[in-house]
Amino acid sequence: MTTNKTNDFWVLIETNNDGTAKNVGLELLTPGRELADAQGGKLVAVVIGNNIDAAVEAANKHGADQIIAVDGEEYKEYSTDAYSIALTQLVEKYGPRAMMLGATNNGRDLGPRVACRLETGLTADCTSLAIDEENGKVAWTRPAFGGNLMATILCPECYPQIGTVRPGVFKKGEETEPKAEIIKEDIHVEADQIRTQILEILQDMSEEKVDLENAEIIVSGGRGVGGPEGFEPVRELAKVLGATVGASRAAVDSGWISHAHQVGQTGKTVAPKLYIACGISGAIQHQAGMSGSDCIVAINKDPDAPIFDIADYGVVGNLFDVLPILTEEIKKSRA
Amino acid sequence: MKMLVCVKQVPDTTEIKIDPVKNTLIRDGVESILNPFDGYALEAAARIKDADPESEITVLTMGPEQAKAVLTESLAIAADKAYMVSGREFGGSDTLCTSYIISEAIKEIEKTEGKFDIIFCGKQAIDGDTAQVGPGIAEHLGYPQVTYALEAFAQEDGFVKVKKEGEDGDLMIGIKTPCVLTFTKPSFDPRYPTIKRKMAAKRVKIPVLALADIPDIDEGKIGLKNSPTRVKKTFVPQKKTGGIKIQEEAVEDSSMKLFQMLSDAHVI
Repeated sequence: MTTNKTNDFWVLIETNNDGTAKNVGLELLTPGRELADAQGGKLVAVVIGNNIDAAVEAANKHGADQIIAVDGEEYKEYSTDAYSIALTQLVEKYGPRAMMLGATNNGRDLGPRVACRLETGLTADCTSLAIDEENGKVAWTRPAFGGNLMATILCPECYPQIGTVRPGVFKKGEETEPKAEIIKEDIHVEADQIRTQILEILQDMSEEKVDLENAEIIVSGGRGVGGPEGFEPVRELAKVLGATVGASRAAVDSGWISHAHQVGQTGKTVAPKLYIACGISGAIQHQAGMSGSDCIVAINKDPDAPIFDIADYGVVGNLFDVLPILTEEIKKSRA
Repeated sequence: MKMLVCVKQVPDTTEIKIDPVKNTLIRDGVESILNPFDGYALEAAARIKDADPESEITVLTMGPEQAKAVLTESLAIAADKAYMVSGREFGGSDTLCTSYIISEAIKEIEKTEGKFDIIFCGKQAIDGDTAQVGPGIAEHLGYPQVTYALEAFAQEDGFVKVKKEGEDGDLMIGIKTPCVLTFTKPSFDPRYPTIKRKMAAKRVKIPVLALADIPDIDEGKIGLKNSPTRVKKTFVPQKKTGGIKIQEEAVEDSSMKLFQMLSDAHVI
């Protein structure tokens, strides 16, 4: 599209199967507020799902000026077809200036499909957002080349300007007084328009999910743990800290822990408050997935390991010596 | 099953170094490789062919002349045929334009080869990391898609079961052909080429499609000037400088010191 009808900024709020909002959507309302204010537009939360009252309420408490809700059976499970039909239709009707989606598996499935249908530009997996001073467009900044290079992308002539934004980069704001105008849009998608179906849930990790992206603390193990049982002290420390267990590619490829735990370029990108890397050398691909953490602690035998270059606190030592002491001290301090 | 695998030649990002003076990427001397995710896509196609040897695998790449190397490599690994799209007019295309060009090239190749049932892509290339070209191809062709696929199983009647990485764990998705599947890293390693296949691959003639060879393409939708996104600037991210390194004589002392520092900093 070559025109916008409004200066509004849209944030897609992804929903869980139970109708609650995924964190990343609520996080995006934080930069969305700033961008919308800077351009004199409304901050609009778009919520698509089934029985989504909880998600609508959450968006309302996190500062949306307007909420567009699309509720229907056909949206209970995410499907590329149903969601792209609904979102495209909404954009064509309302004509926002820009739109942000979480760079989740589903967001990165949906974003390119919708951008392509609207013939507009999409910037993937952004880690910082601003308004370009020269032309007032969104300056979408993202890593490329495995995190070796950052690129700032503009979408100068097409609307809406779309970006997917990495989970965990922005912090969810404090809850405020709800004030949004809520618009319910009824968009029905026929069953035969949805060309994929979920045949089987092979593993349901929603309960015990390895939720690295939303974790506040992550304790990760790498090659240095030496084997599956080597993850024990890592898990012990994670347990006392209430942390999620992560892993480097080396540990996953060796079959010591499942891929769901992997942090890095071919795994998850994380940005916890505290990241403790145990026996991880810190290859650039691993760094690409965790260097956005607020505080990085590295424990490694090798004093020259590259992980020390980005660590706020590094201990040169064997993780099997350091972790039990650290775990014990934390336990004592919390007793 | 007629299968097409889209592949890309990429610099090995593990080899990229930063020029400490100019603060730019040093790309000279960095090896060019087959994008690893495209390798997983090729393996997925090869597994379908293992189960049904009647199947045929064609590989396609877009890029400069030297990118032919990834086609030869793909032929050596598992592919039967290869095509290349190359031309200056295509240069500078963003993901929207790139996926449009590739979708038009696919339609052109289908005039010779017949319709492809499944189009395989890597979920993303490790240089651009956008993950947008696969879904873009699907949209331009009007096909359904499964992204983050791990393995595909061809069924009767043009039906494909696809194991994929979902948000909350792995799922089995059913999809009808023709379709686009984009692959992430599975739990198994892709196969290596045999010496015999390597030799044979070198002898395969690879047709190159230039702009003039794709008459249906709309020139107003390709290249840098028709790309909706523009790179405003690139920069090398500020490396965090290393913080405090603790290395006491006794590891107990190091550990205690770490605990104390983390407590003082209120991070634990």
